[in-house]
This record gives sequence, C-alpha cells and structure tokens, in this order.
Amino acid sequence: MNHSQPQGADYNYTVVRQFALTTVLWGIVGMSVGVLIAAQLIWPQLNFDTPWLTYSRLRPLHTNAVIFAFGTSALFATSYYIVQRTCQTKLFAPKLAAFTFWGWQAIILSAVITLPLGITSGKEYAELEWPIDIAITLVWVCYAIVFFGTIIKRTTSHIYVANWFFGAFIITVAVLHIVNSMAVPVSLWKSYSLYAGAVDAMVQWWYGHNAVGFLLTAGFLGMMYYFVPKQAGRPVYSYRLSIVHFWALIALYIWAGPHHLHYTALPDWTQSLGMVMSLILFAPSWGGMINGIMTLSGAWHKLRTDPVLRFLVVSLSFYGMSTFEGPMMAIKTVNALSHYTDWTIGHVHSGALGWVAMVSIGSLYHLIPVLYGHGRMYSTNLVNVHFWLATIGTVLYIVSMWISGVMQGLMWRAVNSDGTLTYSFVESIEASYPFYFVRFLGGCFFVTGMLIMAYNVFKTVKAPKESLPALAEA
Amino acid sequence: MALMTNFWSIWITVLTLVVIVGCFILLRLVTKNTTGVEEGESMGHSFDGIEELNNPLPKWWSYMFYVTIVFGVIYLALYPGLGNYKGLLGWSSSNQSIGTENGIKADSEAAIELANKEGRWVQYDQEVKRADEQFGPIFRAYAETPLEELVKNEDALKVGGRLFLQNCSQCHGSDARGSKGFPNLTDNDWLYGGELATIKTTLMNGRHGMMPPKGGLPIEDSEIKGLAEYVTKLAGRDHDEALAAQGQASFMKGCFACHGMDATGNKFMGAPNLTNNIWLYGGSRGAIEQSIKNGRSGVMPAWKDVLGEEKVHVITAYVYSLSNK
Repeated sequence: MNHSQPQGADYNYTVVRQFALTTVLWGIVGMSVGVLIAAQLIWPQLNFDTPWLTYSRLRPLHTNAVIFAFGTSALFATSYYIVQRTCQTKLFAPKLAAFTFWGWQAIILSAVITLPLGITSGKEYAELEWPIDIAITLVWVCYAIVFFGTIIKRTTSHIYVANWFFGAFIITVAVLHIVNSMAVPVSLWKSYSLYAGAVDAMVQWWYGHNAVGFLLTAGFLGMMYYFVPKQAGRPVYSYRLSIVHFWALIALYIWAGPHHLHYTALPDWTQSLGMVMSLILFAPSWGGMINGIMTLSGAWHKLRTDPVLRFLVVSLSFYGMSTFEGPMMAIKTVNALSHYTDWTIGHVHSGALGWVAMVSIGSLYHLIPVLYGHGRMYSTNLVNVHFWLATIGTVLYIVSMWISGVMQGLMWRAVNSDGTLTYSFVESIEASYPFYFVRFLGGCFFVTGMLIMAYNVFKTVKAPKESLPALAEA
Repeated sequence: MALMTNFWSIWITVLTLVVIVGCFILLRLVTKNTTGVEEGESMGHSFDGIEELNNPLPKWWSYMFYVTIVFGVIYLALYPGLGNYKGLLGWSSSNQSIGTENGIKADSEAAIELANKEGRWVQYDQEVKRADEQFGPIFRAYAETPLEELVKNEDALKVGGRLFLQNCSQCHGSDARGSKGFPNLTDNDWLYGGELATIKTTLMNGRHGMMPPKGGLPIEDSEIKGLAEYVTKLAGRDHDEALAAQGQASFMKGCFACHGMDATGNKFMGAPNLTNNIWLYGGSRGAIEQSIKNGRSGVMPAWKDVLGEEKVHVITAYVYSLSNK
C-alpha cells in the first residue's frame, strides 16, 4: 500500500499525532473506569466507602471519558488527518488546531476532576457544569473553523464522502450541545436547566440520541469511509449509495430522540413520530455498513493476513447489528419489554465497543505507522491478539446483557394468578448477578486488549524511523 | 388535553412529511443512473488514492427502505403523530383500554368525555376495574377469613409475602428486617403491639412516631451524655455507673411519661422499649445522643386507600407470621 504523500503537500501531522496518542490513553482510562463500576455492581464494597469512588459519580465519568475523551479524540485525530489528505492541502489555521488539542485535553481533565467531586448538571452525557460547557462550545467552534477552513482551501474539485460525515457531525454536535446545555447558573459549579418537565426530557434525549447519531455514528462513518478503502486497497463500493444513505441518515436521525421516552409523560404524537422515524432510519443506517463491507469485494482474502482490516470489518458487522437492534427497540411494543433493562446497556455497548471502539482501533493501527514514518505497527501479532480480545470481550458483554435484559423485562412483567407481581425488583437484581460477572469479564478482555495496544503503539512510536517496513502482501 | 396551536401542528406535519417524502424521492432519483458514468465503473475522482465506483443501490436494500417508508406513512395515518391529527383509529395512551375493550368508538368517546368531566384517568380506571373483576374474588375470600385462620393458610401467606415485597420492602427490606428508621418486622418487638388486630390497624391507618427534641423537657445539652449512658445501662450494656446515675436523674425529669417508669415503653403511643437493646435509629452512644438531642420522627403511611382493606388483611397475616413461626 502506498502511504507516500503527494508532491507539494506537507501535511500537519503534529495535532493528529497528539490526538491519536491521547485516544489510546483515554481509551484505557475510560474503559478501566467502566470495568471498575461493572465490578462494583457485583461487589459494592469496591467503592471503599469513599464518596468520589461511588458508582453514581464514576458512571458519568466512564461515559464522558469513553465518548468525549476516547471517541472524540479519535474523531479529532482522524478528521484532521483525512481532511488534509483527501483535500490535498495543509490544515487551515494550525494554531487554532493546536488550541483545539490543548483545549480539549483541559476539558477532559476538568471532567475527570469535577465528576468524581459530584459536580453535575444531572443530564445524561451532558453532566459537565456550565463553565465547562462554555469551554466545550469554544473549542468546538474552533474545530469547525479548522475543519471547514481546510475544506474551503482544498485543491481537489470534489469533497470526499468522509468529509460530508465529519462536517455533519461537527455542525450538529455544536447545535445539540448548545441547545441542551442552556441553563441558569446559580453558582460557579451549579446550574439548572432552562427547560422544565417533559420539555426538558425531550431536549435531553433529542441531544442524547443525536450524540449517538452524529458523534458516534456519522463521525465514525467518516472514519470508516477513509480507512476501510485505504486498508483494503479497494475503491468505495457505491458512490450513489453513499449519497442516499448520507442525506437520509442525517435527515432522519434528528427525529429519533423520543424513542427514549416511550410510555412517559411525553405526548402520544411525539412518541409515535420518534418511533416511525427510528424505523425508517434502519435502511439508511445499513447503507453505511453495505458500502463499507462491499468495498472489500476483491479483497476478502486480505482478511486472512491483515488483523487491521479485520478490526474494521468486524466493527462494521457490529454497526449493522446494533443499527438493526436500535430501530427494533424503538418499536413501542418491544420497548415495553426492553426499556430500563440491561438490554439497553447491551445495545449501547454493541455500538460503543463493537462499532465505535473497534473502528477507531482499526483506524489507529493504520494511522499510527503512517504518522511515525513506518509501514506497519511494531507487532502485527499483537494487533491480532488485540483483535481477538476485543471481539471476545464485546461478545461476552453484549450477550450477557441481552440475556439479563430480557430476563429482567420478563421478570418485571410476570404476574401471578392472584394479580400480584411474581418478582420483586430486588429478585431481578439477584438473578442478574451471573450476567454482571460475565459483563465484567468481557470488560476485562477489552481493557487488556487496549493495554496491549498501548505497548504496541509505544514500541512503534519509539522505533527508529522506517525501521518497520510494510509486510509484503501474501 | 391541551392541544398545540395550529401553527405548530402544521409546522410538525409539514416537516415530517418533507423528511419522509424527501427520503422517498431521493431514493427514487438515485436509483436511476444519472451520473454519466457507466454502472460498475469508477466515478473518476480520486481522493488520496481512494476511488468510488458507480455501483447501483442494492435492490433488497432499496425495497427495505421503501417498506419502512410505507409502514411509517400507514402508522402516521392510523395513530397520532402529525401534530394535532388524532389518527384514524382514535387511539390515545389514555384511552387504549376502553378502545380495545368494547371496540365501539362512539361509546369510548362518550366514556372518555364522562371520565374527563369527573376528573378521572380513563385508562387507569379501566385497569383497576378489570383487575378488580379478575382478582377481586380471591381477596374477597381471604377478607372473609378471620385473621386467626388466615395465618395458617400457606397460600394466603404466599400472596401476602408477594404484596409485601412489592409494597413494603422498599422501607422494611426484602427480608423484612428493616433498616435505620424502619422497624425490623421479624424480631417480635412491636412499637404499637404485635396482636393481629393491632398490626392491621397499623397497616390500615399508618403511624406517626414522634420523639420531640429532648422529649420536649427542660433538659440541658450538658445532660445528654449522661442520659445516653443511662439508656445504655437500661439496655444492659457496659456503662459508666457515675455518668449513668446523672442520666437517671435527667430521665426522671419526664422521659418516663412516654417510656414508662421501668423504661419498657408504651405501645399506645409507640414509645419504644429502652431495655431490650433493640434500636430503631442505631444503638451507638452517638446515635442515642442524636436521638435525644434532635428527636426523631418516623412515618408509616396508611394503606387502606392505596391497597384496600382486603389486601391489607392478607399482608397483616404475613407480617404476623414473620414473628410467629
């Protein structure tokens, strides 16, 4: 494969390198916290009677760390890399780009400090308090300036599909963040939402679901559209498919939030609309998977030897699985069983571990050698080991949560012949313990893989330049 | 039900249809090859070495897309979704039971109107009514059985246990052994009495246990340490004799009025027995001092309007059985 730079273009890799390395670091931190709280659900004494180690404070730290520290760093790294290479121009406003790196790290650090202290706005995935929210807005606007500035000064005639997705993700996340974080501050570290009651809930899940839709889906599809064809060395399967699924995806996703609020005080019409849009979203979601997987036509044999490509293809399979599951769970009748159970947690993690993390890991294994002037990672075997640890970990996680989720849903609705509920809530918790353990095990597998990755990345970065030539193709 | 204004209703309807119809049109347009490039060929642009092929949309995928669009349109025609439009089925979450029960729209509309006028929640009413029709006879039979007999009925105790787990365990615990501020129901120690009839009264009407700060007596803060020591002595635990003697003097200022001269409590007012080393709010010296200094207030809610007497009857038997095996 040819990684050589086109003549005349001298790309800005500094900020890409920084974000790529912090992706690995924050991945380990965020996922380790996840494993700790998974363990706390089995062994509650693991909070050591310390307030800032309690589940309630660490859980938002886990979600913020994996979404905004790990996931978003991966998006920064890959979008800065891809936009330069596919526009064949240097990054616009390099100082601003450097500011987005340091600004984003400062925001992550402030989250790492404030969340365990119990400072929170109480909105899921938007827990950070108002001063940090303002900082996020600032950094994000700079990100948009750098990204779109680079698009504007491109030397290619067209804009590559990966950049459509990155662009949609950057604009929409800005809008979502600003609207949902509107709050009245009462002190430096406490604010109250501008919205009340059902409206607040709706704004929250409009934000919450589109954090999934635009950050964790559209953004990572942008990543996929570059690294899959690159790693496979094949052209993108269908340009026309990418047009339909891009526009349909962004037009429909924004409506899907109400499916988080089925059977609540949300008006009937809102719930129906959220369900219908979620269902129509199914095909556009799969468009991305089809386009990615079909890109491998003529390159399937590479899966035998290339664990990096394996990461990317398996991530697409998990993406397809969770975007099938999502619309199904949005159907009110299914939701009546799945809502509030571990099924939801399993669904989220088939997306988060299977899709988001695996596509990022695959992309990083492609990216890091290029950034440090190598043809491959230090150890391809270790990449392979990581692949299996990640795959097994993900499968353990989601299968255990499916079983425990469906079990919980069935237990909660079981009724005796005398009209009393068959099980009390605590009995459903007790029955979930074995599955909590399997989930914990899955998490351990996944984090172990990340630690191996960190070692491999360290050795690659430290290796003398061009000492790791690409392996000859089998 | 408050409706949104016509403006917002139209706004929502138009936006929804634009998105759904827009997807349909986009899908139709792109299915045809208008790119000027033969199908299966490269589009001719290359981005960092990546080319894009002009392959057609997979047929099965397009059909799947159409099917979901058609489903969506039908669903929005039948159910509320497009602003204030109510849908052909006239379904709403607050009348679904009525709608499905007799299947006659006019009837259900009249029933809803009546219920709304009387300020009732239609669906909830219906569910309660239906549950009562189905399960009422079971509990009526139990209610007609005297408690003394009911406690020997294993089936009734099982039903009572389930009702306990769903309604009482939140405070008293799944094992009924209580926690701080919530009495243990398995130790045969009763604040208000453990006879069947008393337990039932407690469940039906609830209780409000109240100890005023320092018993509402002219007791100084400086006396609290001694009082706590005396209470510790009463419970038969290791204590400082001199300090306890000071406390006893304080006790005689009036604590006996509720707790009794022998400190064994008073079941008429729920004043706890201080001699049995059973502690509702903790038995450490610190916890006892806090109880004396700030007083305590505990509420057991009344269940007669929530569960009804028939179910309370069964729970009574269960609670009694916990201490009388």
